[in-house]
Amino acid sequence: MHPSLETSVDTNSSKRRRGAKAGAGGGINTLLIGIALLYLSMLLFVPLVAIFVKAFEKGFGVYWAAITESDALSAVRLTLFVTAIVVPLNTLFGIAAAWAVTKFHFRGKQVLVSLVELPFSVSPVIAGLIFVLLFSPGGVLGPWFVEHGLNIIFSVPGIIIATIFVTLPFVARELIPVLEARGGSEEEAAVSLGANGWQMFWRVTLPNMKWGLLYGIILCSARSIGEFGAVSVVSGRIRGLTNTMPLHVEILYNEYQFSAAFAVASLMSILAVITLIMKSFMEWKTEQRANREVH
Amino acid sequence: MMSIQIRRVSKRFGNFLALQNIDLEISDGQLVALLGPSGSGKTTLLRIIAGLERPDEGAVLFDGKDITDVHVRHRKVGFVFQHYALFKHMTVFENIAFGLKVRKRRERPSSSEIKRTVDKLLSLVKLEGFANRYPHQLSGGQRQRVALARALAVKPRILLLDEPFGALDAKVRKELRRWLRRLHDEYRMTTVFVTHDQEEALDVADKIVIMNKGAIEQIGPPDEVYDEPASPFVYDFLGSVNLFHGRLADGKLKLKGAEIDVPGHFGASNVEAVGCVRPHQLSIEREKNGGDSFRATVQYCRSIGPDVFIELAAAESDKYVEVQLNKEEFQKLNLKKGETVFVRPREMRVFIPGH
Repeated sequence: MHPSLETSVDTNSSKRRRGAKAGAGGGINTLLIGIALLYLSMLLFVPLVAIFVKAFEKGFGVYWAAITESDALSAVRLTLFVTAIVVPLNTLFGIAAAWAVTKFHFRGKQVLVSLVELPFSVSPVIAGLIFVLLFSPGGVLGPWFVEHGLNIIFSVPGIIIATIFVTLPFVARELIPVLEARGGSEEEAAVSLGANGWQMFWRVTLPNMKWGLLYGIILCSARSIGEFGAVSVVSGRIRGLTNTMPLHVEILYNEYQFSAAFAVASLMSILAVITLIMKSFMEWKTEQRANREVH
Repeated sequence: MMSIQIRRVSKRFGNFLALQNIDLEISDGQLVALLGPSGSGKTTLLRIIAGLERPDEGAVLFDGKDITDVHVRHRKVGFVFQHYALFKHMTVFENIAFGLKVRKRRERPSSSEIKRTVDKLLSLVKLEGFANRYPHQLSGGQRQRVALARALAVKPRILLLDEPFGALDAKVRKELRRWLRRLHDEYRMTTVFVTHDQEEALDVADKIVIMNKGAIEQIGPPDEVYDEPASPFVYDFLGSVNLFHGRLADGKLKLKGAEIDVPGHFGASNVEAVGCVRPHQLSIEREKNGGDSFRATVQYCRSIGPDVFIELAAAESDKYVEVQLNKEEFQKLNLKKGETVFVRPREMRVFIPGH
């Protein structure tokens, strides 16, 4: 996950700069910053530039043709469609789970918290296979769905389910610490002033967790767009039907259409960069809030 | 204004018994302090009155009507939280207006009416010109006043405050509690506040409820609870006290090295008892004048303003006693560290444990 790597380097180097002012050895500073920059440029910056160089290698005409070709467009549409369904669902789930975990005491709370994080520790390919086993016509639940005329595996519902699984933790994980740190007295104040549950949520709880929530949503979207492993197992890669952007890139690459592959990859990179910018902005906002509350 | 009755209320948190069988009557317009150490159940009781907590047993009545099952938001109580719980993302104006804005449309005042109400409250809490500030731009005392104004905006019949001055420095605290007293008198509400600070309770309350370990130790006006504490706990909690453990017989409390007359306890014979004496009710004498004084050695003296506190070690019981004298008396005695003198209780209240 490159975004978090970059920010952690940022804060470290600023700390070091402060250290240098205090008189700590300046040579080591420069060396460490140099290593970090070199590492980043080799592993992040150069590859990113390479994508665009490759994409435009055969001229803008080929690039444009690659991204406007009908299979490519349908891959973009499918990816956006899946993201548009997955992100709201996982946002609702994340809010509900975070709320339940932080506001109520119940048996098995710790188990729920661990379960929410499970998708992070399961390999996406395994996740995909689980759903194949469950929903394929020879699987456990598959026959029932097939009888009712609903194909899940090698079709869009399967892609959606696999993506939901993989991106499940993002929103909940961001919100749980935010809600935990705040406690519930503002909510109690709202209720004692006559607010009903809905008003309390919209006017008090939501504005307070706004930045954490947006941050979770952005991470969730980025992963939904980019998910490869789980989706590649369940999708069947039918061009124009069940091909998402990452899958499409792989197909083009395997067919030696390098420029086209990199052209679609460049679209995804642009989405990633936009995400990164938004994420940095959120972090900056959250930090400002935190500073404000300290004073 | 309304009266509050608490009837046999109990509350448990897991294995912890926070309140046991509480009975309490608060009549309208009273300013009542719930006073006790932390863990005594005072905040739980306040939250039960507000409806933020449900009693496991018992009932809460407002004006004789059982409201145990009425939700907080319908109870019309103003609640001021310990750390104010201001809405951080709203301005002072929006905070105060909140209770009016969440009303159902037909009960909601127009926005000009809301503005008028908020402006009035802002001038009441002396925060004119602060309407557009955010809570983080205010001092602790100002936040406290915003929290109060916010609670008052919905015209509560009962105002409940949880450690209202706990987080403020001593000077602001004193000002604010005087101001709370005036506010209470002008607004004519029934007010209950929780505090662990005895001075605060004695200073502003009409009635003090002293709590300990989930039970009420004593209820009464400030003078009464201070002058006639109902138990050694209350004695100790309201100011300092010297405890003398001895046996009660023939109207005397028999201690090691002294026998003190305790009229009113003639009936008891040879039972264990505790005598409570406040530091200012003890005299120091150079000679033994009768059987009611005991020998002690001066350990050290410290003066706080006009008062001098002398710590002595009783010769026969290895107990320490604290005596309070005024500066004049202290200078007349001319006490030296390590000197042996006689300590005589001028007044003493005796409690028989278990009675």
